[in-house]
Amino acid sequence: MSTASVPLPNWITYGLMPLLNLLVAFFISGLVVWWIGEDPIAALKLLIEGSLGRGDAIGFTLFYATSFIFTGLSVAVAFHAGLFNIGSEGQAYLGGLGAALVALALDHYVPWYVTMPFAVIGAALFGAAWAFIPAWLQAKRGSHIVITTIMFNFIGAALMVYLLVNVLIVPGKMAPETRTFLPGGQLPKLDWLMAWFGLKLGPAPFNVSFLIALVMAFLVWVLIWRTKLGYEMRTLGISPSAAVYAGIPYGRTVIIAMLISGGLAGMMALNPVMGASARLQVEFVGGAGFVGIAVSLMGRSHPLGIVLAALLFGILYQGGADLSFEMPNITREMIVVIQGLVILFAGALEYMFRPAMVHLYQRLRRA
Amino acid sequence: MSQHPAIELVGIDKSFGAVHANKNINLKVEKGTIHGIIGENGAGKSTLMSIIYGFYQADRGEIRIDGKPLTIRDSQAAIAAGIGMVHQHFMLVENFTVLENIMLGAEGGQLLARGASGARRELKRLETDYGLDVDPDALIEDLPVGKQQRVEILKALYRSADILILDEPTGVLTPAEADHLFKVLKVLRDQGKTVILITHKLREIMAITDEVSVMRRGEMVATRKTADTTVEELAELMVGRRVLLRVEKGEAKPGEVRLSVKNLTVKDSRGVTMVDNVSFDVREGEIVGIAGVAGNGQSELLEAIAGIRKPAAGEILLDGQPIANADPARLRALGLAHIPEDRHHMGLVLKFSEYENAVLGYHRDSRYGQAGFLDLKAMQAEAVEKIAKYDIRPPNPLLKTANFSGGNQQKIVVAREIERDPRALIIGQPTRGVDIGAIEFIHRRIVDMRDAGKAVLLVSVELDEIRSLSDRILVMFAGKVVGEKTADAGEQTLGLMMAGIAA
Amino acid sequence: MEFYEIIISILGSTIRLSIPLLFTALAGLFTERAGVFDIGLEGKMLAAAFASACVAYLTGNAWLGLLGGIAVSILFSLIHGFASITNRGNQIVSGVALNFVAAGLTVVLGQAWFGQGGRTPQISGEARFSPITLPFADAMRDVPFIGPLYANVISGNNILTYLAFLAVPITWWVLFRTRFGLRLRAVGENPGAVDTAGISVTWLRYRAVIVAGFLCGFSGAYLSIAQSAAFIKDMSAGKGYIALAALIFAKWKPVPVMFACLLFGFLDAFANFMQGKAVPGIGEVPVQIFQALPYILTCILLAGFIGVARPPKAGGVPYTKER
Repeated sequence: MSTASVPLPNWITYGLMPLLNLLVAFFISGLVVWWIGEDPIAALKLLIEGSLGRGDAIGFTLFYATSFIFTGLSVAVAFHAGLFNIGSEGQAYLGGLGAALVALALDHYVPWYVTMPFAVIGAALFGAAWAFIPAWLQAKRGSHIVITTIMFNFIGAALMVYLLVNVLIVPGKMAPETRTFLPGGQLPKLDWLMAWFGLKLGPAPFNVSFLIALVMAFLVWVLIWRTKLGYEMRTLGISPSAAVYAGIPYGRTVIIAMLISGGLAGMMALNPVMGASARLQVEFVGGAGFVGIAVSLMGRSHPLGIVLAALLFGILYQGGADLSFEMPNITREMIVVIQGLVILFAGALEYMFRPAMVHLYQRLRRA
Repeated sequence: MSQHPAIELVGIDKSFGAVHANKNINLKVEKGTIHGIIGENGAGKSTLMSIIYGFYQADRGEIRIDGKPLTIRDSQAAIAAGIGMVHQHFMLVENFTVLENIMLGAEGGQLLARGASGARRELKRLETDYGLDVDPDALIEDLPVGKQQRVEILKALYRSADILILDEPTGVLTPAEADHLFKVLKVLRDQGKTVILITHKLREIMAITDEVSVMRRGEMVATRKTADTTVEELAELMVGRRVLLRVEKGEAKPGEVRLSVKNLTVKDSRGVTMVDNVSFDVREGEIVGIAGVAGNGQSELLEAIAGIRKPAAGEILLDGQPIANADPARLRALGLAHIPEDRHHMGLVLKFSEYENAVLGYHRDSRYGQAGFLDLKAMQAEAVEKIAKYDIRPPNPLLKTANFSGGNQQKIVVAREIERDPRALIIGQPTRGVDIGAIEFIHRRIVDMRDAGKAVLLVSVELDEIRSLSDRILVMFAGKVVGEKTADAGEQTLGLMMAGIAA
Repeated sequence: MEFYEIIISILGSTIRLSIPLLFTALAGLFTERAGVFDIGLEGKMLAAAFASACVAYLTGNAWLGLLGGIAVSILFSLIHGFASITNRGNQIVSGVALNFVAAGLTVVLGQAWFGQGGRTPQISGEARFSPITLPFADAMRDVPFIGPLYANVISGNNILTYLAFLAVPITWWVLFRTRFGLRLRAVGENPGAVDTAGISVTWLRYRAVIVAGFLCGFSGAYLSIAQSAAFIKDMSAGKGYIALAALIFAKWKPVPVMFACLLFGFLDAFANFMQGKAVPGIGEVPVQIFQALPYILTCILLAGFIGVARPPKAGGVPYTKER
């Protein structure tokens, strides 16, 4: 008997099933921990303490979450238009170039709050530019955007390494990185925000980009559900043929959606480049673009869900780092495993429990 | 001949969720006959055949082949029982050759080379026995539709099917191809095969079948010897009551030419000419109907006028202004409304709320929000008005569109396109998959549009619909307009023109 | 003759660098021809490399190591199949997920078991696939022109290299000359045709992903116990994606796949050679250009500037019987 056509209430589809998927992912992660001879419960405790237990821990958690909000939004915007942007990683990498160029150009002359809007624009522009070519190829030549964005991640990585090694490097230094930005090119920490809650930020690089991320989450919500462009993107994403009928131009909508997506990914660079290390380094993105896929999937492409999922992944990243310190047997890569499992169960296997849910729900209603 | 029927269904019952597709179906098909199964769209014919072919399992009931009860768990079991099926949408691999398609699933061993020569020989034999000639090395994608269908039949015969089921086989065929198909089916019957023909076309039933069974809303309502029945009786059985599709309407008062098509040629995505040098005018205050067998270019004509498909040549004028290269958004702004043939595919985004679909295509209008923003309140307020005026049920603009019935979905589309007060209206299959009540309502609206002085172009494959609504009727055949008739033209005359026989 | 020696040396490393690409691209060929996208080639290769190294280290037998790699790789394939065939999940999402799981799990387990930061211990002797000297290689060495080519490019590779090149005609033969191949190609184009012919779409696609797992097992083993002598964290280093690019570049055909892999392997070898060397008149060419070239070429191909790449029609679409 097919259960696909049986409707389920929203609290099951959007509440219970994602929760169940998440629990399975965590349960299997726990099994892995147990397999390598550690106590999963103790590990979980350490993970939570390490991410939420102290002011600086919370600061790090929110710092990671900031990056993930940006990349999660990036993936979600493209997804609403029916596009799978796997290229957030590379777009964020190029976004770092935009942010760094602005910081390097302005930090001598103006305070950070003058630099910031230009840096936001610079990061977004460079990220968008890197999304433009795959977008154009999809719109005009029908090249599969999943494949081209993967390719552009690698091309972008090669380009950035070249620029850092050969062009942006500080003469006489060995490390492939730019000079350190002056305070005029840095984004200040949010210690005052933490102080409101009586917490000390300490060394954690939790910075203003978090607020920019929240503003972007709100703007994405407005874009998708309150603007005509968002309406057109959703139409295209759900039914390309209805979009043609409605006179929604395919190429233009695809390109605009990808430019916005790339721009959001690019803005992610503000957080590590200008908010933390104050310089552009090799591989500063560190997989945040891919985490964005997990975040977007878990958040069901809704900005609120994305912010929550980004916080969860922030907890995993910070808690995982702390955990690997406390339990040397569990390396930081444990986070990558959990991340993979979350993508697997919340994404690819998202309907695994649906048939069971349908049966349960029908029995419940009959009872 | 043995006394057992070739196939016998006893009490077959099947539901999909809340939809009761087949209710307690009983059917006997005698050996060596052509048995027609007729019914409207959605009567449950295809579901029933899918059960026989093992695509679905019946919830209850029994299938007997040659008198023996048989559980058909999958297509393989059906094939083993000697059942072959020609699907409405061909199940062919387009970049495979004819031979490869025929061998697929019946390769005759692990290695292809071993089976290939035997397959060639068998194909040759089938070709001479049944007159089904087709080049075994041709690629499917290079073959015309009629030949592709022949490959489907050959596939079934190659698997030594004794019972051949054809699901709406003539929907995509030209009349000449359809004639050839019928000849083949008669040969098959004369050689002892049993043929089950599913269709909603009465003419075909009368022309070729020995017996006919009628389905209505999931039930098998009657079985007749074709020689003992009439078109009228079958039509009544199909619909359940004698429907008079006459729409009360006064005399048309045609005015100026509004919509004008001149020497229009349209090609499909494969580059095949589907509309061939077609010219006609639609005046304000008249309904021009385009009759024709599905697939004769009507869809492409409609899409070209609606700006969805770029014409290869020719002109389209709205109020004298050329619009052949305008996109759908611009056409709407100029006052051309379009009720598309397929509401699921084009007219609606089924996952949207009702109110979101109520503005689809018109969403850029400033009344739904300024400066790029959407004014949800304005959209919903208007949706509520239309829901009341068109009696759309349930009256909830926030409900997901997929949860409305077919008739109510179509009313959402009709309301959207008509309530904009367009200058011209083009309509495709306005009542496909729509219940009787909604049909009458929608027909009434179309006539009202005419009486309000709009130019209306109507495309429908339902000849009755065309005849009862149109003021003038154009008949399309093989991409050309083969003739024009007035509304009182006889069904027979039009039918002959649609078949490309008389002009 | 120095120039010729350089060419020989570059060709030798071209072969060595192409082999993992070749196994992996052929793996992708089987799944994608069956209509299942496989972004997870990278992860399978990595997981297999780890498993091969572990088993080879523990047993001291390279062949058992290979078997271990194959087993783990097939396990990953089955998970991909469960998600994308049985549960009709998004194939790309599933592939991305498995890449993460492999990238993380290899290091987590490696650290837990061996405590060397994700590395496995060095393996040597019988636990590795060592170079094989073909007959007369030494005798031929001094024959002009052909000698060095035979001795240094054709001879002196490990057994997996020869198996990789053998896999190409076998793949072609399976795909175009056997019943399994016919059905596999059909299910990637029109699963409905396969289903109505009475063949199980699910089982056919599962078999395709299992074959892919089998082949990725070879590429993983090649990385860790043939080319190298240990598993190193993230040692696949994007090769799975290059293999995917090669597969597309070769338009999903076996023999062109071999040439695409050789081309991409050559670019890699050439980049290594050019590192730090100046080209007269131009100066030093950045190696990143060569690293990016496979991806750039593939994008140009996908854009339709070099012929048309027509992917299997049903690729990426889970099969559901229509109602």
